[in-house]
Amino acid sequence: MCDTCGCNITHGNESLIRPGGKLAKTESGKEAVTVLHSLLHENDHAAQHNREHFDRHNVLAVNLMSSPGAGKTSLLEATIQQLDPDLRIAVIEGDLETENDAERIRKHGVKAIQITTGSACHLDAHMIHQAVHNLDLSELDIVFIENVGNLVCPASFDLGQHQNVVLLSVPEGDDKPVKYPVMFRAADLVMISKSDLLPILNDFKIEKAKHYLHDIASTAPVIELSSKDSSGMAVWLEWLDQQIASRKAYLQTYRKAAPLNGALSPHLHTMNHPAHSNKVVK
Amino acid sequence: MHELSICQALMHQVQNIAQEREAEYVTEIVIGMGPLSGVEAQLLKNAFPIASVGTVAETAKLIINDLPLRVKCGQCGAESEVTPNKLLCKNCGNWRTTLISGDELMLMSVELEKHKEPEAVH
Repeated sequence: MCDTCGCNITHGNESLIRPGGKLAKTESGKEAVTVLHSLLHENDHAAQHNREHFDRHNVLAVNLMSSPGAGKTSLLEATIQQLDPDLRIAVIEGDLETENDAERIRKHGVKAIQITTGSACHLDAHMIHQAVHNLDLSELDIVFIENVGNLVCPASFDLGQHQNVVLLSVPEGDDKPVKYPVMFRAADLVMISKSDLLPILNDFKIEKAKHYLHDIASTAPVIELSSKDSSGMAVWLEWLDQQIASRKAYLQTYRKAAPLNGALSPHLHTMNHPAHSNKVVK
Repeated sequence: MHELSICQALMHQVQNIAQEREAEYVTEIVIGMGPLSGVEAQLLKNAFPIASVGTVAETAKLIINDLPLRVKCGQCGAESEVTPNKLLCKNCGNWRTTLISGDELMLMSVELEKHKEPEAVH
């Protein structure tokens, strides 16, 4: 999708969707206005704004998505315990109700902001924006966003993350990627969680899961992990380190290319909202 | 059921366009949608009367154009029309394809009317 205007016209689909003129009068004298904007234009704009906030402070934002109960919170707890103590992290938790997940994270001494969505089935960029204003990004290296447990709706909403991690837990079955192609195509990393259950639930085949991911043309790497027995943790932590390093390298190149205004893009601070400091509110 | 949120975002955009152009009514809204947009056309249609009530588009016709799902093969370069859970190249079977179209969720056009047609007086 185009980052500047939120449209998703490409060379490939242009001929299919672009009609005749920019403005045309219809036969009845009514005015027909060609728009060609993504329906999620406002969300995408807010998401880009969030990404710029993260980038200004060299913070890596990782969005965790999965069905409910796939082990997102357990992964975060295990990550907090085993991550390099020099890396400073915070967690934004999304759930329909309760502060339970945020409390689990806080027990480990990590700041957690709970977003309760009520009946909304996904987080959106505006919710993340509010949550980010309750975090001091200058004191963080990674912000994890734990999305609402759902393999459908969260896939449609860019939050401003740098990486999407989609968890597929062993009890769910290895064919989830072809059942939920939109979600699994959004993944930058697919994590097969609860891998300690593989010997028991032996109808789950890793190779089949990978095969199904190929069916949807996903190039995301696949890792296996158990938060319970910590197998695969080293690979996950290494992946996180790589993401931090490559994001920093990207930003350095970008800043060298545009050193004059100091901002990362002309979009920064064009959003209309009342408070715009990164002071900790709590 | 994120279709209602998406429909509300649509109404916001449509209302802004109508306001900018000082239109009184929106008579038609055309959306283009691909099979990998993550949105169900029928659910969006169901959400439309709820999201549009009391707006300038309350009586508008919502038209949803289905856009095709097409991929280009990274190996042989062929283009194929595919289904959402089988994005393989139809020419050589390779899975390393890129999407050309099919994930769009786009407001394509709106039709506006400045004043309602006056009642015919003869």
